[in-house]
Amino acid sequence: MSSSLRKDGVVPGRLDEAAVQANFTDLHPAYDPHEALVAADRCYFCHDAPCITACPTSIDIPLFIRQIATGTSEAAAKTIMDQNILGGMCARVCPTETLCEEACVREAAEGKPVEIGRLQRHATDTLMAQNVHPYARAEPTGKKVAIVGAGPAGLACAHRLAMHGHDVVIFEARAKGGGLNEFGIAAYKSTNDFAQRELDWLMQIGGIEIRYGQALGAGITLDGLRTDFDAVFLGMGLGGVNKLSLEGEDKDNVDDAVGFISELRQADDLTALPVGRRIVVVGGGMTAVDAAVQSKLLGAEEVTIVYRRDQAAMPASKYEQDLAQQKGVRMVFNAAPVGIEGNGSLTGVRFAFTAQQDGKLVTTDETFTIPADQLLTAIGQTLSDAPEGLQINRGKIAVDATGRTSLPDVWAGGDCASGGDDLTVTAVAEGRDAAESIHATLTT
Amino acid sequence: MADLTTTFCGITSPNPFWLASAPPTDKEYNVRRAFEAGWGGAVWKTLGMEGPPIVNVNGPRYGAIWGADRRLLGLNNIELITDRPLEINLEEMTRIKRDFPEHALIASVMVPCEEQAWKDILPRIAETGCDGFELNFGCPHGMAERGMGSAVGQVPEYIEMVARWCKEATDLPVIVKLTPNITNILYPAEAALRGGADAVSLINTINSITSVNLDTMAPEPTIDGKGTHGGYCGPAVKPIALNMVAEIARHPETRGMPISGIGGITTWRDAAEFMALGAGNVQVCTAAMTYGFKIVQEMISGLSQWMDEQGHQSTADFIGSAVPNVTDWQYLNLNHVTKARIDQDACIKCGRCYAACEDTSHQAITMSPDRVFEVQDDECVACNLCVNVCPVENCITMETLTPGMVDARTGKVVEADYGNWTTHPNNPSAAAAE
Repeated sequence: MSSSLRKDGVVPGRLDEAAVQANFTDLHPAYDPHEALVAADRCYFCHDAPCITACPTSIDIPLFIRQIATGTSEAAAKTIMDQNILGGMCARVCPTETLCEEACVREAAEGKPVEIGRLQRHATDTLMAQNVHPYARAEPTGKKVAIVGAGPAGLACAHRLAMHGHDVVIFEARAKGGGLNEFGIAAYKSTNDFAQRELDWLMQIGGIEIRYGQALGAGITLDGLRTDFDAVFLGMGLGGVNKLSLEGEDKDNVDDAVGFISELRQADDLTALPVGRRIVVVGGGMTAVDAAVQSKLLGAEEVTIVYRRDQAAMPASKYEQDLAQQKGVRMVFNAAPVGIEGNGSLTGVRFAFTAQQDGKLVTTDETFTIPADQLLTAIGQTLSDAPEGLQINRGKIAVDATGRTSLPDVWAGGDCASGGDDLTVTAVAEGRDAAESIHATLTT
Repeated sequence: MADLTTTFCGITSPNPFWLASAPPTDKEYNVRRAFEAGWGGAVWKTLGMEGPPIVNVNGPRYGAIWGADRRLLGLNNIELITDRPLEINLEEMTRIKRDFPEHALIASVMVPCEEQAWKDILPRIAETGCDGFELNFGCPHGMAERGMGSAVGQVPEYIEMVARWCKEATDLPVIVKLTPNITNILYPAEAALRGGADAVSLINTINSITSVNLDTMAPEPTIDGKGTHGGYCGPAVKPIALNMVAEIARHPETRGMPISGIGGITTWRDAAEFMALGAGNVQVCTAAMTYGFKIVQEMISGLSQWMDEQGHQSTADFIGSAVPNVTDWQYLNLNHVTKARIDQDACIKCGRCYAACEDTSHQAITMSPDRVFEVQDDECVACNLCVNVCPVENCITMETLTPGMVDARTGKVVEADYGNWTTHPNNPSAAAAE
């Protein structure tokens, strides 16, 4: 047992390397070929299948599963990637329990859906293991498109544009591409550096250049891109995080969960990553669960998620909630933070129970304190770097159904754009559809 | 990507996947949607004489058998030929051929065994622009009792006679559809060839009763307490069909005659297997009836992928490739010796191999008190039953003994030379021949 397991404060090395490694293995391990055949055999090949409708990228799920069943997983992968070029990552991180698998007729009939996500992973892994890239570029069009952000939206947009023969330059603020696939998302959903491997695989299409360390306002401007390129796609995600707006929020060890996860994802040695003994996570979405579960897996003794509404309203799926509880995370509902405690360092977070009053959520006088030496906030992200001149709708870049913004030569997609859930798979769909719209505009 | 364009007895279609003459090809609405879904051709539901429309039963027309998860394994039907007026069918076929000139459209025909009947109807149907005819000599229920369908297909002389009439009546290719409800598939195939037919298609459905309802003591499907034999099809009949296709493909008299393979084709692999055994294309019905027209997409993608992997440019590259390897038992190499091998790491210790071998084969597998199962080479005759009953794929395999090794069962050294029954010392005929 590691010596710092029960040490107070935010310290590294709560668990030894072997324990951490065991904790961070694949959440949904890959099927072996026999398992894949048995799982595929359960698909009924439904007509006009509900799972397809439930998929934001409209993958032909019955067809790809049948292709697995008939021993052609490569063809299955092509069926997936025709709709979703990041099908490998989506197979790992999609909340399938609220998308395709929730819609599966066997979920309704038996409470046991066809395991679509794992089957999708089987197909895409099979193709990618052969290092085959089944798409080729069309004849060059001579058109140039700038993309801001190398996340799921930007990459999906870039690939589709490159396929149509356009030249693409992606401007990426960080030193690495992948966006939230690389910097967000729990590590146990994307093991073995998958985000980078998928990025490298995607780039095999050719015609895409990524320039790192460049962001709007830091090296490039939207006006400049509009001058130098025939079209612009904005897919930079949400750069800001919401604050609790409480006194003491600037204390050490009061961190935003997005930053915590990013640091964790980039850490070479997870045992060197400092983590609290008693952690409070405020929020109710996937980020809150990812942060809570991972801190538990790093060796935190007590981890509590506190969400201001009731369990049914929690944005994280039932599956994610179960996962958190299974890993030993406590969940407290109907409570909102009202104070950060501690003279100097953080000692706890004070909460007030909430109630519905005239359709509004209000805090009551009933309060309690949860002892904590680390507070992670996961109460939403904001668009911090929207360029001037774009219409904004409820804090996001306003786009039409094709992803076009209020500027005729600028499109946007992913988390920074209005419409759709903030999911990898939604970002891929929006990037892909914007690329089709850009292509149609540039070639008419 | 491989080009799936296939030419079958002069008829070219975008791929080798045709819908067989059956309910899916009953009308324009279906065939139009089938072609849009990707089917390369369609054999229209069998047309009959003009006159009062065919009458079908108004109770169940289908019976089925299923796997445990309701996978449809076999289907049986008692539906008759088209029950729609001839004129309407012809109008619809004309529109289909006009709108889908690249797709194959074949007219299936069944009229009484009278020369004029066939000679009258074929030219009339040809006006639709269809690419050929398929003579329905296979349907085993209802029509057979009226002297048509399999009643013709079971008499080679009739097949030859009608085929000849039809070839005299049209310049279009004539395909004879064969019934499997006979003793030897070669007789009707040879008759079709003698009659001048351009091709044969097989198999039609097999006489069957799918099950018996033990409460009502009636066969399924049951109509008002009674049932009748229907035509069996679907995945269950594929092995029977493969053999009949292969027999025609390798028979000296019929070798080279185009064969349209039919019988339980559900996946690209099924189709490739039929074609490897000599089928120039394939026809599908039950898979479409079970899963819808979209099922052809998997057949197309799968066959393309396999052809690419094999380096086949066109379907002609592999059609018939397996035919030279189909032979008679007497020519199998008796000097080829194999032994079962159990992969102990893969074994899950269920004991099924032991039960099968100990109870029903050659007592060549031993079982230890801690459930280790081992093959005894001195008893193993290499029957393969243990491989077939083992639930773990590749856990039990057959190892070929190399020449020079000793077969522990016979004590003989494995010979390098090929040696079959015709030359075996135990064969009285072989001795007599010397």
